[in-house]
Amino acid sequence: MASTPATKLTASPPRTSRPRRRATIATIVTVGAIALTGCASAGGGGSTDSRGDITIWYSNNEQEVAWGKQMVEAWNADHPDEQITGQEIPAGKSSEEVIGAAITAGNAPCLIYNTAPSAVGQFEKQGGLVDLSTLDGGAAYIKERTGDTAAQYENADGDYFQMPWKSNPVVIFYNKDMFAAAGLDPESPKLSTYADFLATSKTLVDAGVAPNAILPAPTSEFFQSQFDFYPLYAAETGGSQLVEDNKATFADQAGYDVADFWASLYRDGLSSQEQFQGDSFADGAAAMAIVGPWAVSVYKDVNWGAVPVPTKNGTAAADTFTFSDAKNIGMYTACKNQATAWDVLKFSTSEAQDGQLLELTGQMPLRTDLQTTYADYFAANPAYEMFGDQASRTVEVPPGPNTVEMMQAFRDAWSKSVIFGEGDVHTALDDAAAKIDQIAAKP
Amino acid sequence: MTSVISPPAATVPPAGPPPRSGKRRRPLGRTPLGLLFSAPYLVFVLLVFAYPLGYSIWISFHDFFFTAPGAVVDRPFVGFDNFVTAFADPAVIRSFGNVAIFLLINVPLTVVLSLLLATALNRATRATTFLRVSFYVPYVTASVAVVAVWIFLFNGGGLVNQILGPLAPDPSWLINSQWAMPTIAFFVTWKQLGFYILLYLAALQGVPKELYESASTDGAGRVRQFFAVTVPGVRPATVLVLLVSTVTGANLFTEPYLLTGGGGPNGASASPVLIMYQRGLQQGQPDVAAAIGVVLVVLVLGIALLQNRFAGGKD
Repeated sequence: MASTPATKLTASPPRTSRPRRRATIATIVTVGAIALTGCASAGGGGSTDSRGDITIWYSNNEQEVAWGKQMVEAWNADHPDEQITGQEIPAGKSSEEVIGAAITAGNAPCLIYNTAPSAVGQFEKQGGLVDLSTLDGGAAYIKERTGDTAAQYENADGDYFQMPWKSNPVVIFYNKDMFAAAGLDPESPKLSTYADFLATSKTLVDAGVAPNAILPAPTSEFFQSQFDFYPLYAAETGGSQLVEDNKATFADQAGYDVADFWASLYRDGLSSQEQFQGDSFADGAAAMAIVGPWAVSVYKDVNWGAVPVPTKNGTAAADTFTFSDAKNIGMYTACKNQATAWDVLKFSTSEAQDGQLLELTGQMPLRTDLQTTYADYFAANPAYEMFGDQASRTVEVPPGPNTVEMMQAFRDAWSKSVIFGEGDVHTALDDAAAKIDQIAAKP
Repeated sequence: MTSVISPPAATVPPAGPPPRSGKRRRPLGRTPLGLLFSAPYLVFVLLVFAYPLGYSIWISFHDFFFTAPGAVVDRPFVGFDNFVTAFADPAVIRSFGNVAIFLLINVPLTVVLSLLLATALNRATRATTFLRVSFYVPYVTASVAVVAVWIFLFNGGGLVNQILGPLAPDPSWLINSQWAMPTIAFFVTWKQLGFYILLYLAALQGVPKELYESASTDGAGRVRQFFAVTVPGVRPATVLVLLVSTVTGANLFTEPYLLTGGGGPNGASASPVLIMYQRGLQQGQPDVAAAIGVVLVVLVLGIALLQNRFAGGKD
């Protein structure tokens, strides 16, 4: 057992420690204050006149990597003094978080060919994006290539902080073999109205061909409503956005009808509240899927057909709107050689490169003349013809810095009332609309 | 067996005029080499913990969002506005309630199970390596991989429900608002158990065998020995387990993000850190996220102090 005197000798604090401690605290506070101040005053950025080598990021799926590599190769062959270094976008929980971190760190590349429209408002607010309207012929080039659809990608001031690039119009895929096994006509399935869709779904599940008729992800991420509610709402309203003129639009009869339709699917056990590990359509856990043209290359082993999303009373395919699921191109302010970046941006969205994009990825370039310009492609690939037509009638997420917050507010209400059946669906939409109005009013 | 430590002779002040203070002669203390050795970790703590914590507190009192270098923006002081915004949101309040449920299940379960299993392992004479590896493997396995297995086990048609039959909850575990958070608590307890068992195994090596012999001589059985010798003997380790499991539990993120698809069902398993992730990174409101974080830190510190006071004794 240690004696007390020894303990005291080693443990008692020296009397001179208090001034020293104060000095230490003062030093830490000073250093901290300097560091905090320093964070806000760092500089960087490039010029719209500068030319030279640039770096670009593109998506990491196999098809887009192939497109990115050939585009870089084609440009580099003709521009020895302005070389592109192409890289797959770094891995992260999502591309948007990686890009957001790169903006803050000041090391974003010149161009990112995977910029989600839902994140553009935030990136703009962060000072991370170049206003393409200020570049030589920028706005005119975008409007000429994309036509009226380009208006959905303007910010509140009518400026373009993103280049509309490609869309993945969302439609209903169905498994022809399962439909046949359930005694349904696989070539002309009854899926155009809500009543028909529900009846067909019930037949499929009752026949035991699949445990679910359709199984969109029932999870709580903000973007999941883009793949259940939003395509059907766009179709039901003939192209309304979730929020227009800073007011939520969906607390109306069209929104109620769409929500009631999905609530019926969950309530009647035709869709599941549980997330599926894997791809429910490819794995046979669902007879239908709500997806875009990217799915054509993914579902090679499924005998599939595709139809537009349903509406309450049925809408002709030629008049049906849907969600775009677009990915665009952003030019980032960290870019030193913005003149080169602008030329590359135009080169990569030229008729030839858009043709390569269509050929290699099956995704639809956001061009006005898509079906006529690439008539040969659509003739040779009839599976994509429907998407080519649908691409001219797509709806985008609402623009602005608060898009994600608004989408999350909507998803929370949807999750509670529609998926899990808690409370009244219409009241939930009304409450979500009121909340989104408040969010939309924020700067 | 006792030992007496006497003050070193050199520290006894000799008679005569008072000498110059030793501290003045040694401004870096009596063991300057110790400072040198501890400096790298001190720098690490300052840069990786203290500075971000201070910065978070600063952010929480300002109108702040992340910007590109060179972007000129105002960051006005807003007092407690971010705290008001955060805690006016029912989802934030609920997330604190959720994590409280999590801690109430996870922390006691972790302490009890890891101590019991460590004690059993300490006495085991056969297959000890196999058992230790078995307990430790979940801890070193990536959460993403293990989460997928648990989803298969606990979904509606999963193995657990098949075994339970009519006793299985409806809706199933991970989409049941009553069971989602407890299921996550069980998952985290199971996954982290190996680490805490190792802590207890190390602590058990320090409990003198003579104490067990004495207790046995006095007629104490296994259970009595456990409560009279083992539990007090590993009390410092118990305090450590309590603190570490509370701190890691309060930082819960991966499991609600992956296991219940973003804090579902309907926010029943959303944790404060998940909400911070949504607000700070997805929705571009790091100031509100920082306010939630500051409150979380204060609460965790309060819990840790209470744990240290009531479980730590006077050691």
